[in-house]
Amino acid sequence: MTRGLPLLMALGIISLSAAAAEPRKSGFEYMSPATQAMQKDDTQNPAMLWVKDGEALWNKADGGAGKSCASCHGDAAASMRGVAARHPAFDAGSGRPVNLTERINLCRQNRQQAKPHPPEHPELLSLASFVALQSRGQPIAPYRDARMAPFFSRGEQLFRQRIGQLDLSCAQCHDNNAGKRLAGNPIPQAHPTGYPLYRLEWQGVGSLQRRIRNCMSGVRAEPFAFHSGEMAELETYLASRAAGMPLDAPAVRP
Amino acid sequence: MARTLITVPPSARRGEVIEIRTLIQHPMETGYRPGADGKVLARDLIRRFSCRYDDGSGSQLVFAAELYAAVAANPLISFHTVATASGTLTFTWEGDNGFMQSESVAIKVT
Repeated sequence: MTRGLPLLMALGIISLSAAAAEPRKSGFEYMSPATQAMQKDDTQNPAMLWVKDGEALWNKADGGAGKSCASCHGDAAASMRGVAARHPAFDAGSGRPVNLTERINLCRQNRQQAKPHPPEHPELLSLASFVALQSRGQPIAPYRDARMAPFFSRGEQLFRQRIGQLDLSCAQCHDNNAGKRLAGNPIPQAHPTGYPLYRLEWQGVGSLQRRIRNCMSGVRAEPFAFHSGEMAELETYLASRAAGMPLDAPAVRP
Repeated sequence: MARTLITVPPSARRGEVIEIRTLIQHPMETGYRPGADGKVLARDLIRRFSCRYDDGSGSQLVFAAELYAAVAANPLISFHTVATASGTLTFTWEGDNGFMQSESVAIKVT
């Protein structure tokens, strides 16, 4: 027994380090070739319809200030390059990290003097898709900001916390059982590389928060509210977890 | 106006087979689904798609398709045709609730 215990511990350490050494995979790699082809070709990717809408909105003046996004930011191809890859980022005004759609809403409120859009508003998703497209292929590079640290660690806690009637944590599926199947579908590693994305199940474009809420109601938990503090923490953790992976937004997922 | 995405090669050689792709933003509501309030959502489908070609001597039908409830939202329609002469391709989507949208794209055939 006394000799067996260190051996077991050593085995445990080996299997842990083997899990850590496993290369990270984007959800793209778990898809069928047909769905992959849909994402790879912009003439087939239905999310490009939202991108076109977003491009029109980018140049459209709105709100009391009579300004468009382009009035301040100019050409999105230059000014928005890499921006989606850096979110969620800390916002001093809100005192917490904000994601890309919240940032757009802040810009609407403070600069355009327009009403912020409600979560999952089609115009918000269109603008976010258009902005995210400018960072396609860029590595996810969350801000290394000391102010982000507590949100990151709370996000990690949320990721590992068992929730809902099924008493499951995110980590139990997406860390421990990624690559296996759940009801016939592969379990991805939960790297948010393609948001906002066109999900075939939704028949439309949606945000990462919508996807997280899907998972939460799947384990029969009370989903976090859109644009809530918990969502910001979870998104901050997920972005750090996927740091360095290339962004492929706006993606297609089954 | 629904957003569309039409892919036509800007130029082609005479006699060349070209691929045309169209995407349109449309819910394609089947009329069989209950909404959040439990009531059935009214049907809202694109019923017919057609592509006509006009080289100056009058327009002629190149391709048409009937769409039904089993077609997904934001339908992608892809088809091939032979480039014969320069002209304009006109794409028309018609559907429930008087839905009707036309888009035109010029093609140069050498």
